[in-house]
Amino acid sequence: MLRYIGRRLLNYAVLLYVAISLTFVLAATQLNPRALFQLRQPPIEPAIIEQQLLKYNLSDTVPLAERYWIWLTGIFRGYWGSSPLGVDVAEQIQTRMWVSLRLLLIGTLAGIIIGVAIGAWSATRQYKLSDRAITAISLLIISTPAFVVGHLTQIGATWYNNTSRTRTFEFIGETGDVGDYPFADLVDRGQHLLLPTFVLIILGAASMSRIQRNLMLDSLGADYVRTARAKGLRESKAVMKHALRTALIPTGTYFAFSVATMFVGATFTERIFSFPGIGQYGVDTITNRDVFGVVAVTAFAGVCVLAGAVLSDIMVAILDPRVRLQ
Amino acid sequence: MTIITPLKDRRTKAGDTVLSVRDLHVTFPSEAGPVRAVRGLSFDLAAGETMAIVGESGSGKSVTSLAVMGLHPNTTRITGSIKLHDTELLGQSDNDMSKIRGRDLAMVFQDPLSALTPVYTIGDQIVETIQAHYDMSKAKALTRAIELLDLVGIPNPQVRVKSFPFEFSGGMRQRVMIAMAIANDPDVIIADEPTTALDVTIQAQVLDVLKTAQRETGAAIILITHDLGIVAGMSERVVVMYAGRPVEQGTTDDIFYRPRMPYTIGLLGTVPRLDESSHGALPVLEGNPPSVVDLPPGCPFAPRCPMVIDACMGTEPELVPTDDPQHVAACVRTADIIRQELRHGDIFPAPVLTTSELAEVPREERVPVLELKNLKRHYPLMKGAIYRRRIGTVHAVDGIDLDIREGETLGLVGESGCGKTTTLLEILNMGTPTAGSIEVLGRDTSTLNKRERKALRRNLQVVFQDPMASLDPRMPIFDIIAEPMGVHKIPKAEIEKRVADLLRLVGLEPNHASRYPQHFSGGQRQRIGIARALSLEPKVMVLDEPVSALDVSIQAGVINLLDDLQGKLGLSYLFVAHDLAVIRHIADRVAVMYLGSIVEVGAVDEVYSAPVHPYTQALLSAIPIPDPKTERSRQRIVLSGDLPSPADPPSGCKFRTRCFKYTALGEADQVKCRDVVPLLQPYAVDHTAACHYGSHEEGVAVGRAQFVSRS
Amino acid sequence: MSEAAVKVETETELVKADPKRLSRGRLVWRRFLRNKTAVVGAFGILFLVFLALFGSSILYWKFDDIDTQSFLAPPSESHILGATRAGRDVLALTVRGLGKSLLIGFMVALMSTTIAALVGASAAYLGGWWEKFALWIVDLLLVVPSFFLIAVASRGAPEGDASWIILAVLLAVFAWPLSARVVRSLTLSIREREYVLAAKFMGLSSFRIIVRHILPNASSLLIIDATLGVGYAILSETGLSYFGFGVQPPDTSLGTLIGEGARMATTFPWVFLGPATVLVFLVLCVNAVGDGLRDALDPSSASGGQA
Repeated sequence: MLRYIGRRLLNYAVLLYVAISLTFVLAATQLNPRALFQLRQPPIEPAIIEQQLLKYNLSDTVPLAERYWIWLTGIFRGYWGSSPLGVDVAEQIQTRMWVSLRLLLIGTLAGIIIGVAIGAWSATRQYKLSDRAITAISLLIISTPAFVVGHLTQIGATWYNNTSRTRTFEFIGETGDVGDYPFADLVDRGQHLLLPTFVLIILGAASMSRIQRNLMLDSLGADYVRTARAKGLRESKAVMKHALRTALIPTGTYFAFSVATMFVGATFTERIFSFPGIGQYGVDTITNRDVFGVVAVTAFAGVCVLAGAVLSDIMVAILDPRVRLQ
Repeated sequence: MTIITPLKDRRTKAGDTVLSVRDLHVTFPSEAGPVRAVRGLSFDLAAGETMAIVGESGSGKSVTSLAVMGLHPNTTRITGSIKLHDTELLGQSDNDMSKIRGRDLAMVFQDPLSALTPVYTIGDQIVETIQAHYDMSKAKALTRAIELLDLVGIPNPQVRVKSFPFEFSGGMRQRVMIAMAIANDPDVIIADEPTTALDVTIQAQVLDVLKTAQRETGAAIILITHDLGIVAGMSERVVVMYAGRPVEQGTTDDIFYRPRMPYTIGLLGTVPRLDESSHGALPVLEGNPPSVVDLPPGCPFAPRCPMVIDACMGTEPELVPTDDPQHVAACVRTADIIRQELRHGDIFPAPVLTTSELAEVPREERVPVLELKNLKRHYPLMKGAIYRRRIGTVHAVDGIDLDIREGETLGLVGESGCGKTTTLLEILNMGTPTAGSIEVLGRDTSTLNKRERKALRRNLQVVFQDPMASLDPRMPIFDIIAEPMGVHKIPKAEIEKRVADLLRLVGLEPNHASRYPQHFSGGQRQRIGIARALSLEPKVMVLDEPVSALDVSIQAGVINLLDDLQGKLGLSYLFVAHDLAVIRHIADRVAVMYLGSIVEVGAVDEVYSAPVHPYTQALLSAIPIPDPKTERSRQRIVLSGDLPSPADPPSGCKFRTRCFKYTALGEADQVKCRDVVPLLQPYAVDHTAACHYGSHEEGVAVGRAQFVSRS
Repeated sequence: MSEAAVKVETETELVKADPKRLSRGRLVWRRFLRNKTAVVGAFGILFLVFLALFGSSILYWKFDDIDTQSFLAPPSESHILGATRAGRDVLALTVRGLGKSLLIGFMVALMSTTIAALVGASAAYLGGWWEKFALWIVDLLLVVPSFFLIAVASRGAPEGDASWIILAVLLAVFAWPLSARVVRSLTLSIREREYVLAAKFMGLSSFRIIVRHILPNASSLLIIDATLGVGYAILSETGLSYFGFGVQPPDTSLGTLIGEGARMATTFPWVFLGPATVLVFLVLCVNAVGDGLRDALDPSSASGGQA
């Protein structure tokens, strides 16, 4: 067994290596960091620009293969490169990933759990009013882009703050003015988390409830649920014990995947609520023509996706005896 | 086997009525309008008896079972009365029905593969059944579960109780289903096609278990099936259903020996018989069962009935007593049938078939058209849903020799997993097998280049099992039949003409060519499939279970067509089937396959009347014969266990692990079975078998007219 | 079914037995029509397409008109949805952006479904090294964060009128892998169906089998995939444009407009709300139609065709 896991991990490593290398080529040829300095006012000496670019391995006067080699050997020394302005990208990722985690942990988990519950419940009430209402609402939410949801909640929060003349809702950054009372810093963080978490929950719950509803409908129609009913189980019990349990297997894999990819999943939310997390960083690297930043973010995302794939496999094995024992 | 302690006192004595159904109607909505699936069914079920409900697909038999269990969705309208011990079940709340289901009424479903929840152990699932009705500790319930598993013949129940459903074979899962059904000593067990999904030797085992279960619990059984052989062997009384209506009801002997309704008579007469050596045309029941969505007035069988008169068209006939008050039939002509003592031969004449000119030529003088020499096909065995890896080799086909000569039919029989499908695909692929060779019309297929292979394909065509799946649903049948001719560059004008000819040849209207497959019934589609195969004028046709997906009354027509075409066109058939009765009827020679090897091969009457290999003997004895008296007097060889995995076949004789003869041998003789692979040895002019101790056992054979009791 | 057709049909043996058999097309149509949400969605899309095509000739303001009287004017009679900071009419801009978003959405869906169909079906049917290679490419594209990479690539793309075409191609390049996987697994089951085997054994080439038998029988899936793909493409495009990576000024799309409006969403919400509402309505309609098609085309799908 270990050999096969090993082979699989090796395959992932190769996949990741190719993906990152291609990203390097793409970023190095498309982002043109020289433009960053050329547009400065007052203008900077071309020689000085060249010197700065050379220092950070960004100059297009150096052949691409050579830059690639410098970058690749750097990685083995733990150096992922710097932005054109000299910021170490690996350090950025390290600090920002915890910002993302703090922002996303509650919202992501709660969104999935609530979505699963709603989806499973509405499946058992197929075509009844409540099911139709839930289906319609979730359709509306998944049709609404995250950035629209984000700004709408901000508009609503501003309106509430203005009418109530309070600052109940905070939506810029992780922390703000901390009051002078016990646990004030926690309350302040909570206030800042409130809106983004709400956004994450409704987005997550809407898409999860659709998935779970379909899974549940499939398993509700399964022969073994009929068998359970024929044994004398009441409908609710047959549904909970037999249909839901089986329908949770794919959900488990999805859950594992979501947890692993959580760090990179909320670019819009981070941007809108000004959380300096990984997603926000990814956007900034592109805007700032930060070649190595782009590559590092891609690598980080890739690791998350592959970790998610491994975690889902493990989750399936835990939930499904057919996979576990075969 | 253990005797299970009863959980409750029986409320009935033998002979009392446990279940009483009156004027049951079941209607459910569909796209095309309300489906009146059951229209007026009444019966009484006595304690401890077995009553069969027979009918073809769509006759309403399964709908009835779900209605009794109260498992129809809310949109289904059920009227009439269903009483269990004088308690009316219709109109009960789901809560109240839940207390009855699983305790007094139990059910065994058709497909054991999907009827058990995949994520719980079978022990847990049986315990759940008990605990749903009785306040019993988990440990005690588990002990009972183990006893039940032992009763239904699960080997090593203490260990197996912790297994998951996927770790069991289909037959074992059906045993588990039966264990679950009898867990609470039900009064009535409804078995809905309980063995349809299983192989014949496994079917014999499961039917045995069902009888044991009945003996232990004293439950009455409603057996729902389309197989008249099973009815003959299992039931005391029979209800025959057609288009949602009971058309004849009576004791099993009455129905089989004195049928009074043309449909019943036709059904009994059109089935090819395992115990009769007949190679002529089968009597045919023309047409198809009607749809129950929009029935015209009158007897629903009238459009297919050769005895139809004007009175049949007016109103639907009610069930009326025949010569015996307990035997009722719904037919206006019943009196005539009784008076003139009409039999199926009188009512359903068999068509005249063309006989081949080749029939006169002795076999040795005919040219071989298909030859397999030591054919082997091995596959890598992969394991693991996530981390796939090769863990062994599947010996799907493990060295077989066969030859088919011009104008003859070779039947290839065996249970699922025996390698017959692999053999067939190997032939059709015309590639290079793992070992050995395939010769089509004398050409070794492994030596062909692409163009030669394509050219040779014209001579070897195939008809598949499932008429629904074998025609592309998105092409009109003209295109379907024309496609092979297009591939082989036959001129357009000729194609037009040939499609019309072919349609006529297989008994369809040429002006139907622009319709799509979904507009045809199963039997008609199979005819289209045959027309397509014939379009290139092949010499050899490979027929993969061509009638097994069809309803009994439709099969005869297709079999007759194949017979007739063979006579007209001089075709050779490789006929793969699991239904040994069909093979006996249509084939000239038969080869029996077990675990990738041929164990017995020879002229069909020779093999059927004097089988030598223990497997052939068991196979033949496992098949139920639609004749109650024969069934009662037959001694049945029930094989133990399942087919071993072809990835790890037993050493020596592959059959020894299930062989009754091996068990009876002394230790000294068994060594040979374990160590030496038996080769095919001759037993008669055209009859060889691969068994070290092969001999014909009296009483196992079927045929030689043991009973001439066909009515 | 017309009167005449019924008459012809009744002459045959089968139709006598089953007079109410409906053709597949009619069944699908009927099931689709029964799904009210989907029908409303279909009309919604038609309306939006009409608006995008002819809106500019109906409306008073052109998208590049500047009304110097109305910088950031709230909705009023002259500017129904208000005006932007530059004094441009939000409604006219929205209609203009809608056109671009629709065009990109449909183009991307068409391209990505085509790629997915060809790659998925051929990988499953041909197997061997091609399948391994195709699956590897799929994995590769799924491992990288497509959103970033499209942004990076479009950043370096030449500017000009045709830059949105490059964006559409980029979106399609990253959109097909998941669909290809689904097509592949469907093909794996179609491949085993007997009509495909029959075609193979009559000597039909692999390519013809894929085109004649496999893809037509996967068409339900492809239609659904393409429809939902339109929604996905529009969301991706607007997302990129929101960050300023997608459609570049002076050209505009719904995402560009929303991104612009978002900066002052809490103070001058109309600049944001107009295009946002249209975008949500558009995607909602597309998704509703996609759901309706799935229910109608695939009766075995979760809603069972009973809806």
